[in-house]
Amino acid sequence: MGTAYTPGLSISRHHKVSKRRLLPIKGEVVVAKGDHVQPDTVVARAMLPGDMESVRVSDALGLEPSELGETLRVGEGDAVEKGQLLAQSKGFFGLFKSQCLAPIEGTVEFISLMTGHVGIRKPPTAIEIPAYIKGTVTEVLPGAGVVVETHGAFIQGIFGVGGERQGVITVVAENPQDELTESEIPADCKGQILIGGSVTTAGALQRAVERGAVGIVVGGIVDRDLAEYVGHDIGVAITGQEPVGAALIVTEGFGKIAMALRTFELLKSLDGLAASINGATQIRAGAMRPEIIVPASETNAETQTGLSSDEAHQLEIGTQIRVIRVPYFGAIGAVSALPAELVEIDSGSLVRVLEATLEDGKKVVVPRANVEIMQST
Amino acid sequence: MTKTMNEIKSILATDCGSTTTKAILIEKTEGEYRLKVRGEAPTTVEAPFDDVTIGARNAITEVEELAGRTLLRGDKVITPDDGAGTGVDLYLSTSSAGGGLQMAVAGVVRKMTAESAERAALGAGAIVMDVLSVDDGYKPHEKIQRIRHLRPDIILMSGGIDGGTKTHVIEIAETIIAADPKPRFGSDFQLPLIYAGNIDVHDEITRLMAGHADLEIVDNIRPVLERENLGPAREAIHELFLKHVMAHAPGYDRLMTWTDVDIMSTPAAVGRIIQTIAKQHGINVLAVDIGGATTDVFSVFGETFNRTVSANLGMSYSMCNVLLEAGLENIKRWLPVQIDDHDIVNRLRNKMIRPTTIPHTLEDLLVEHGVCREALRLAFAHHKELAVSLRGVQQQRSISEAFAQSATGETLVDMFKLDMIVGSGGVLSHSPSRHQSALMMIDAFQPLGFTTLTVDSIFMMPQLGVFSSVHPEGASQVFERDCLIYLGTCIAPQGRIKKPGTKIADFSIQTLDGSPQSGELLGGDLLRYELPIGAEATVTVSPLRAFDFGAGKGRSVTAKALGGTTGLILDGRGRPLEQATDEAQRIENNRSWLQAMGLRYE
Repeated sequence: MGTAYTPGLSISRHHKVSKRRLLPIKGEVVVAKGDHVQPDTVVARAMLPGDMESVRVSDALGLEPSELGETLRVGEGDAVEKGQLLAQSKGFFGLFKSQCLAPIEGTVEFISLMTGHVGIRKPPTAIEIPAYIKGTVTEVLPGAGVVVETHGAFIQGIFGVGGERQGVITVVAENPQDELTESEIPADCKGQILIGGSVTTAGALQRAVERGAVGIVVGGIVDRDLAEYVGHDIGVAITGQEPVGAALIVTEGFGKIAMALRTFELLKSLDGLAASINGATQIRAGAMRPEIIVPASETNAETQTGLSSDEAHQLEIGTQIRVIRVPYFGAIGAVSALPAELVEIDSGSLVRVLEATLEDGKKVVVPRANVEIMQST
Repeated sequence: MTKTMNEIKSILATDCGSTTTKAILIEKTEGEYRLKVRGEAPTTVEAPFDDVTIGARNAITEVEELAGRTLLRGDKVITPDDGAGTGVDLYLSTSSAGGGLQMAVAGVVRKMTAESAERAALGAGAIVMDVLSVDDGYKPHEKIQRIRHLRPDIILMSGGIDGGTKTHVIEIAETIIAADPKPRFGSDFQLPLIYAGNIDVHDEITRLMAGHADLEIVDNIRPVLERENLGPAREAIHELFLKHVMAHAPGYDRLMTWTDVDIMSTPAAVGRIIQTIAKQHGINVLAVDIGGATTDVFSVFGETFNRTVSANLGMSYSMCNVLLEAGLENIKRWLPVQIDDHDIVNRLRNKMIRPTTIPHTLEDLLVEHGVCREALRLAFAHHKELAVSLRGVQQQRSISEAFAQSATGETLVDMFKLDMIVGSGGVLSHSPSRHQSALMMIDAFQPLGFTTLTVDSIFMMPQLGVFSSVHPEGASQVFERDCLIYLGTCIAPQGRIKKPGTKIADFSIQTLDGSPQSGELLGGDLLRYELPIGAEATVTVSPLRAFDFGAGKGRSVTAKALGGTTGLILDGRGRPLEQATDEAQRIENNRSWLQAMGLRYE
């Protein structure tokens, strides 16, 4: 315990971004390796089996389930239309026959003479997976999906909601400490991703949605504002499916926290450019963080391979870090000492620590587990 | 294995967890199995590695370096031990990587066959994603929608006693077919489904499931109302776990060729060692493993073993779910300091999104310990609901039993009969002070009578569980000597404290080598006496008539109490432990309890 540190989130101007775009069930890939794709290009599609309706045929005919056999007019595997005759009783001397009609269109999947039920599955529905980013298909995973790759700016947040969106980056805040309030929301922000500073409110988020924004990026959010925006308290950090009007990406954490200057400056330099964002978080094995991707062709920057998120970073003297827990939460500094021995901290735990010189010149000692490395741009 | 059990001198065991792979080396020296060294490395089951054996090799390499032995050659663990520092006699492994074993279960009646199926799945080490039954209150289309999007590894379907209902069992099968859930890993094979219900519908189930699921039929989980038969279903789960979950997780095909016995799921292995210990010592045990995402609770009372997992109660990823389920007030009631509500909530949310951080300040630690108490309390309540006697069983009762009003479906967890609590997981095993761990467990579980408190030193219960499957005695030796840390004994009465500060019992403590100590236990008080690890004391408590230490209200009890790092704790706070409603008083009480335990609060 306490010997680890959190590798930092990527904040990079030049980054190779690779996205696996996978179908939830087996289907068909509709692009080829080497194809150039736009965010809305469909790369794979599949047919999702329809819902099934169980028809209580024996009840409808007033028969025992075992008596169903001779009355049936359909068999397993038959396609049926809505209103088609499924079964008909013999009646009394050919009169007073009871009928049971198909309530939906579909295929008969099972007939049970034990329960007297007939299962009809509705026709399948198509699901399509878009490319999400502008880039090139570098790998086709037959029947499953593709890998799309691009180079450009890549910024990870710490927490997000609302899932995938595309829009144009619009920097609203003048500095990273600014609060994004209702009055700061532009009159027309249709299709825009608004960049705020330290914090925003539920009211501002709602106004941004009403005015057409597709995304909001801020340093922090106060718990109750998030609950109001999403409509419920979030218990487990698995997000991305919330039915909200605009995705929200928080870069620092919960509370009012100024956006890291480096993140803010990079976003500022991307003002007016098209971006793909994903307000999704999954903080377990296979961690997923929210992200902002601006392909190089949008930035006009020279295409080059940047830092891969897989590259590990070492804590060394001079490494830029951010403290991610109280009492110095949000503070940025440089590592000034890395003592090898365990040190007792205020909580009473013996842990590995580092000494950092913060931006204001103050020297602090913090557990190594409580810092993240700030990747260089 | 080429050596007999008696000849086994060295054992290497790994536990491939979601984030960390832990390796331990056990050696037999002077006739006893003891932990030699331990190593760990990040688990590598996910991208970019996609191979669990890399993490296992890294953890084993650390063991090699620490122990000065050669254990790996090329791509394999060397077996057997050559007696000259190369190889081990046994290599074993457990796994919970990739989210562990995830199952959905179904039965006809929620509190009967569906509950039996749930117990079978949990006991086999699974996380139960959903429980489907005819009487679960959902309409047919709602049942279908609920399970449609699950991606379980296995479905366990039960229903009906042998010779009992057929139509309801088939109805459940139809619902599963209609929902058509897909397996979690891969779309090239059919979802494994174990049928363990009424034998009279085997043919119909086989016909219905053809083309929909990879069906395996085993003996009925509830052949008659009076008997639960969980063994065959659990064995089938274990086999399918190896065949489907392990075989489809990256690198496991190779890891399986390294081990001398089948890989076990981590919780199943923990359950095994707990049962082994309970059986060998003839004691009732409650064990808890509180992790970042989930909390597992195991109990053995008499012959009955139960395990539950609270999938969304934990100390990091799931911390905010503890907040949601327990409520802020319940977390705050354990705090000895006043902190603004929003500040607490933001702290918990920040821990959720940065789960590897640790409390730096004492205040932050105390907040986490409050969350821990509530997570344990909720997980234990969940456990008590499932660890019950069989429902629906007709009982012949004596007059005294009828007066005692014992009913079917009552919890098997009897705190007076509980002998030992084993705490495990980072917050309990690694708290700055062992006294904090002891107090957290007392507050959360509220033991009654005399209860020994222990913690797992470095969480090696999974490895010892799989070791116990081949060598119960050896596993037990390591468990007792190297795994458990004895904290001490909690002595507490049942009864409410109506007037804090008034006497509830007289007590006397006699140690083997010390002078006797005696005193009065006052309502609301917590007293701690030093009693070192390995020491034993004879304690007599004589309560007033409203209080019961295990012999009945007002009756004296004399019993042995084991020492530990914390010693003896006499808990006069009453059961249930009721907190003051006034916040200032509550804070004051928390401070006095921490002080009594020798703990700081500011």
